[in-house]
Amino acid sequence: MTVMMDTGNRIAAKAAVMAKPEVVAAYPITPQTTLVEAIAEYVARGEYKGEYICVESEHSAMSACIGASAAGSRTFTATSSHGLLLMHEMLHWAALARLPVVMCNINRVVGPGWNIWVDENDSISQRDTGWIQFYCSSNQEIFDTVIQAFKLAEHEKIVLPVMVNLNAFILSHTSMPAEIPDQQVVDDFLGNYVPKWKLDIENPTTFGNIIGPAHYYKVRRAMQDAMLNAKKLIPQITNDWKKASGFFHGDLLEYYKCEGAEHILLSIGAIGAESKTAIDELQKAGHRIGLARVRVIRPFPTEDIIKLGKQADLIVIDRNISIGSEGALFNEVKAALYGESDAKVTGFIAGLGGKDVTYKDIETMCLKALKDKVREQQWYGLEG
Amino acid sequence: MALKDFPVDECLLQGNASCPGCPATVGLRMVLKALGKKTFLVVPACCTAVIESLYPHTSFDVPVMNIAFEAAAAGASGVEAALRQQGRSDITVAAWAGDGGTYDIGLQALSGALERGTNFIYICYNNQIYSNTGIQRSGATPYAAWTTTTVGGKTEFRKEMGEIVLAHHIPYAAQTCISYPEDLYGKIQKAKSIKGPKYIEILAPCPPGWRFSMDKTIEMGRLAVDTGAWSLWECENDVMTFNGKSKLLLEKKVARKPIEDWIKYQGRFSHLFKPERDEERLKAIEEHTDHLWERYRKCYGKI
Repeated sequence: MTVMMDTGNRIAAKAAVMAKPEVVAAYPITPQTTLVEAIAEYVARGEYKGEYICVESEHSAMSACIGASAAGSRTFTATSSHGLLLMHEMLHWAALARLPVVMCNINRVVGPGWNIWVDENDSISQRDTGWIQFYCSSNQEIFDTVIQAFKLAEHEKIVLPVMVNLNAFILSHTSMPAEIPDQQVVDDFLGNYVPKWKLDIENPTTFGNIIGPAHYYKVRRAMQDAMLNAKKLIPQITNDWKKASGFFHGDLLEYYKCEGAEHILLSIGAIGAESKTAIDELQKAGHRIGLARVRVIRPFPTEDIIKLGKQADLIVIDRNISIGSEGALFNEVKAALYGESDAKVTGFIAGLGGKDVTYKDIETMCLKALKDKVREQQWYGLEG
Repeated sequence: MALKDFPVDECLLQGNASCPGCPATVGLRMVLKALGKKTFLVVPACCTAVIESLYPHTSFDVPVMNIAFEAAAAGASGVEAALRQQGRSDITVAAWAGDGGTYDIGLQALSGALERGTNFIYICYNNQIYSNTGIQRSGATPYAAWTTTTVGGKTEFRKEMGEIVLAHHIPYAAQTCISYPEDLYGKIQKAKSIKGPKYIEILAPCPPGWRFSMDKTIEMGRLAVDTGAWSLWECENDVMTFNGKSKLLLEKKVARKPIEDWIKYQGRFSHLFKPERDEERLKAIEEHTDHLWERYRKCYGKI
């Protein structure tokens, strides 16, 4: 074990290289660049021995990952914002082709105008593509989640691509210590990738040809079943990793001081980390409030949310907005509770365009939720 | 290799879903005979996605990966990288795409893969239209040709994809046509023997797209070459050689037949003849073809 004091991007690159993908294909975009540059340094030093394809677009990055994965190799890529959106078609393709590609996405604002700071509209808008989606809140969690992602993606009961999201700059460019286990620990945890199916001259199969409605319907159902399997297997795999490495950041959610709470805050990503300080402060002031940080948004942790809704009223902070509707988490939390709980759910939009969200802001939102009876989502911090 | 010596094994199976007189299947048969069973085929959206037949069936006896329209070359890059890591240098990676997927939507990915030195063969079967979607104009559609999106005839001349490829200075690029099986077979075989990116474009006259009788596919390809509407050439390490009839045309050893000899059989040009001859456009086509060949002579002829 060593301690690595470095940025989220460079720690993600370390994890990716330690997972030993045979093929990495990537295209640069701010703020993902330092991640792929770090991989290039591993290549230059001979510490990464796989293929590193510097493609001419993100669309081709995902297409190359699809080709490599279909040929039976472990694959990795990373992108952000507009890059992720350019991949959109191929995100569907990778998932429908049931190829366990692992990708880091650095959550960045979508233009216009150009803005490289954090919000989560890039990945949130890709929820329906069939990718498992994790959101990290610390550099240690980034390392551990990238490793877990390969295990999950390649699990024979899942075989779906996994996206590990980390917030632009707050995580991607901020140095924090992360404990890096020995290579052997990662090797033992992941094992060799044994594809369930691949292009094979001994068994010449045509993948992805024209498919009629009856078969296509079944294919979609199989994907849904795989996602539901992932929901069951994420707790197992995160616990296995805890045994192997000592680190655990929650499974589908991370619970923080939820015992006896009458209000529970739900948040994602870096706001999730900042929320812990807010909860500490609110509890000191005598409020019975806890935190459930959502790590996984696909598969959606419906059952866990219902449990929370049966215990407490919920407060949701979204750093995204489905224009014309609401923040994605607020929306989905209420949908999960329908018919199951009468909990009051208060929603806030905060921090779009990279606007800073401090623990003080989170405290203010929570206090407002404790006091008000407002049901519709509120935009926090618009003024100023 | 003479036609009689071609391998008897078929990797494109009978009973596939192609149209009668389909040039793509003629090309695919030859290509797969030349490449053999140790071939991974990468196919983007194009007629071949139909020819493959409906899941769970397939008309191919080699592994096929379908991929999105613009992604053939990038997908093949990934396949090739994986095979290199797996030490499988015995397997040939071939992308097989139409002109829409090559000239237009797939051009960026193709250029990227060529520039990166991807060890694969990119084959474009060029029927000069988006035929699979119902005969729309592409960058390969010739001037004045009717398509469903150029109802009065295309107003622009086609681009020279082969020369765009040549600008990448790859080890091997060639143009051929389904009407010349020995030429086609030989070029695929040569491409297979060379490491690095290879590009081969095959002219594929499409009966429903060009509006000619389905028994005339081979003839339409030959006339395209005779009239200089298409050329057979290969460029190995930047050394350009015109082949067969095209060599004779380049060296002016035979006269180029009037382009009218080719287009008069194709319904897509019928508006140039009925109700009356469109002398202006017919002249424009002839002059453009002359200009093209003069340029070929300047660029690639013996000085």
